[in-house]
Amino acid sequence: MKVGVVTFPGSLDDVDARRAVRIGGNEAIALWHADADLKGVDAVVLPGGFSYGDYLRCGAISRFAPVMTEVVRAATDGLPVLGICNGFQILCESHLLPGALIRNDHRKFVCRDQRLRIENNRTAWTSSYAPGEEIVIALKNGEGGFVADPGTLARIEGEGQVVARYLEVNPNGSLNDIAGITNERGNVVGLMPHPEHAVEELTGSGTDGLGFFTSLAAAVLT
Amino acid sequence: MPKPEILDPQGKAVLGALPRLGFTGVTDVRQGKRFELEVEGDATPDVLAAVEKMAETLLSNPVIENYTVSVEQADR
Repeated sequence: MKVGVVTFPGSLDDVDARRAVRIGGNEAIALWHADADLKGVDAVVLPGGFSYGDYLRCGAISRFAPVMTEVVRAATDGLPVLGICNGFQILCESHLLPGALIRNDHRKFVCRDQRLRIENNRTAWTSSYAPGEEIVIALKNGEGGFVADPGTLARIEGEGQVVARYLEVNPNGSLNDIAGITNERGNVVGLMPHPEHAVEELTGSGTDGLGFFTSLAAAVLT
Repeated sequence: MPKPEILDPQGKAVLGALPRLGFTGVTDVRQGKRFELEVEGDATPDVLAAVEKMAETLLSNPVIENYTVSVEQADR
């Protein structure tokens, strides 16, 4: 599959994301924020970083980048989209995912190897994982606290839209220990920790993140 | 402004700093943003409607923030 990785001004993890796409067995296509062109890709990754300097709110300006008009349109039609960290913030600002991400409750940037439980393996990005599988991948954020109003939170929980949950430590004050969510259709996933940093034994905490990049092929086969 | 039910870590940090400077009696601090927009001509209902739209779509995130729009005369 051809997986596009968008580079915004201030993106940080686009190169790692493209590398993870390739190691996951797919073809990585670089996409540019100012081009309203998805180059015929089969899926899109919005990588981590500080797009547009996090000015206004994290992800608020990226949402209106020309490429995002196309991403929003395609995602509504079912294109698989994975937003990691800043990408998750962009997906929430774009209203492709419910809720929002606010400054960590302890007000400090956090960087740690984080244990997670995969709560939903029925999305386009998590089908390689077993139900309830526990993984350890890097987490690094300053504004990663997931919040939503009580009604939205109940709906997300009730519909099984929580994709991953923090275990052992809630690193940023996220409600219900939520680390990642999906939309109702399961094609759009937002995740605060970084699976693209955990795809090779050589670096990082292991290869627990690889499943996010191998799931696409499995999703196509079903 | 962040909605009342949304945690405001920055406001909490300011609240914690006030007593260290000797200011007492403050029970809560909420930190928000203020945007000053200069417009061509008068702030007609059409202009204000457009500003409301700007506030709703870009300047604020209605999921976590409330906003108000008010008009002030430009200094000449």
